Amino acid sequence: MIYIFYLLFFGFLLTAVIGLLASWIDRKVTARVQYRVGPPLLQPLIDIIKLLGKETLVPTGASKTAFLLAPVIGFGSVVVVSTLLWINNINLGQGFMGDIIVALYLLTIPAISVIMGGFASANPFASLGASREMKLVLGYELPFVLAILVPVIKNGYAIKLTDILSFQAQNGVTVANLSGVLALIVALMCTQAKLALVPFDIPEAETEIGGGSIIEYSGAGLAVYRLTKNMLLFTLPFFLMILFMGGLRTDGIHLLNGILKYVGLVALITVIRNTNPRVRIDQAMRFFWGPMTVLAVAAIILAYKGL
Amino acid sequence: MAKRTIVPIGPYHPLQEEPEFFTLTIEGEKVVDIDVQVGYNHRGIEKISEMKTFDQIPFVVERICGICSTSHPFACVQAIEDINDIEVPERAKYIRTIVGEGERIHSHLLWLGLAGHFLGYNTVYMWAWKLREEILDVMEILYGNRNNYAMFKPGGVRRDIKDEDIPDVLKKINSIIPTLEMLKKAVMDDPVLHARTKGVGILTKEEAINYSALGPTSRASGVTKDVRKDAPYAAYDKVAWDMIVTQNGDVFDKAVVRVLETFESINIMKQCIFNLPEGEVDANIKSISAGEGIGTHEAPRGEVFHYIRSDGTNTPIRHKVRAPTFMNLPTYKATIIGETIADASIILAAIDPCYCCTERMAVRDTKGKKLYGGEELIRLSQEKTEKLRAKYV
Repeated sequence: MIYIFYLLFFGFLLTAVIGLLASWIDRKVTARVQYRVGPPLLQPLIDIIKLLGKETLVPTGASKTAFLLAPVIGFGSVVVVSTLLWINNINLGQGFMGDIIVALYLLTIPAISVIMGGFASANPFASLGASREMKLVLGYELPFVLAILVPVIKNGYAIKLTDILSFQAQNGVTVANLSGVLALIVALMCTQAKLALVPFDIPEAETEIGGGSIIEYSGAGLAVYRLTKNMLLFTLPFFLMILFMGGLRTDGIHLLNGILKYVGLVALITVIRNTNPRVRIDQAMRFFWGPMTVLAVAAIILAYKGL
Repeated sequence: MAKRTIVPIGPYHPLQEEPEFFTLTIEGEKVVDIDVQVGYNHRGIEKISEMKTFDQIPFVVERICGICSTSHPFACVQAIEDINDIEVPERAKYIRTIVGEGERIHSHLLWLGLAGHFLGYNTVYMWAWKLREEILDVMEILYGNRNNYAMFKPGGVRRDIKDEDIPDVLKKINSIIPTLEMLKKAVMDDPVLHARTKGVGILTKEEAINYSALGPTSRASGVTKDVRKDAPYAAYDKVAWDMIVTQNGDVFDKAVVRVLETFESINIMKQCIFNLPEGEVDANIKSISAGEGIGTHEAPRGEVFHYIRSDGTNTPIRHKVRAPTFMNLPTYKATIIGETIADASIILAAIDPCYCCTERMAVRDTKGKKLYGGEELIRLSQEKTEKLRAKYV
């Protein structure tokens, strides 16, 4: 029973609330940077409620099951991975061996769901978006996994999130080391791509392919995609916080510390997205397989050396 | 051979603000062919113009383009003046130059913003448009309107510039220079922007000449072509300014040409305001005799060409308009083929297209099939000429 509570309250509700809030911060900061006023606080929520009330259209020629199932799969995986991360933070005994690998897998599934939805919509733009997303996944997963290896090595070769957290609580955070900084930079870039934000919003690229994979989605399907994306804006930085910055602790001043860390990461993501144009897919691949992978490997070697 | 897919852009697409239709044939992500269809917004401007008096025509042609609204009246009044060799007062010439250059500034800034938007760089988009507001304020102070100023009339301008407005105008123009410098640096030094635009959509000098490209599109390819220098009109031969020419012909160079031209325009505008001569602003034309005349103006997008033929009454019997996009549109064949679909949007935008201004005639059946191709249109126009000749000669 307690797990269902975890799933509903932490995995879904809390993640969604923080995710929507973060997306409001992102939109507001973006607007201020661009001399605009920006949306009111509840706008992200209103957007989703409005979309839920709209008609859901399934295009002719689309594979109906895959088309409608795709957003749900992405959403489900985000809920599960958020639950996993929350459990590790609020109740240190609850993790299991290898949950970091499970989290890595689950964090890839939203991208898979976008690919699935794109190919199921029978639209040339959606197929283009899906094929771009596929290339992008191939690009960023390699440096992302390599970067995640650094905290694993630094924290006593633990592949259990709670072990990593307790190790950091005793021996200082991963990001305090040179290897940790390098790995965090790489992971942050991959996060940008996982969130499909500029400069890596290639699969959606509104002005090139009109929304890409999600072009045919409307109503509830689009609402679920939007919500998934907003929740990822919480889950991914939270994952990085656990691995690199000692996670979130709920006691006293540590809570404030945790919130500051999170807002800092979101602010960094917003700044990156506002100071860059979109890159081309081949440039993104070259970027991830070239400099980012090299940087991640260098971070791993440094971590081995104990730096 | 890889599978070919057709990617339609248009008739309504977030990329473009006007209705037009591109059919991109792609292999994977590579564009192998492009077909452009315009003709969704035929307004019959030329025909309407033939029913208006010479005094009314500048208002009509001002509606051809919403962005460079003054370039058509500019060319049009010059065509009317060309019929009778009317000499325009000096002060009116300077005021015309000020209107034309102010418009170039806001048009180039608008393009810069849109180009940023197409590249997903929305910060540049908003900044450029914020900057454009200042120049629109200048327009409002000087002519009473942010756009569609209605300043032009055959023989001069409709309104004089008041001396008490000039300090405000100069203050506003000077205030945009620092921000513009910053924007220029942000655009020209950004490594990611370089990666996206350098070497993309190259129009070589030879191709630019062969396609008769106009305006910044040709100047970015190293063609020294600018009506303001080649056949000076208004006050362009009385102020000192440089023609901006770059050599590479890619999207980056087209952006550079436009950004640097904005600085030149500010320069020209300030010189004209400082050297504004005293005197009348209107030659007070009473009538237009029979004859024909042409007028050209270097609009922000390239040369605008107007041909007007008068039979001595107060309306023209033929008015031909050629917008610069008409000449720049075919360069897509040279620039887009071989590039990726990701670059297609910015290459399409790089000529600063204005499709609605270009549109003159398209005949289709109810299924959307084109009825008249190039040959039929030539035949039709020859028949029309014969008819006119029989009537008037």
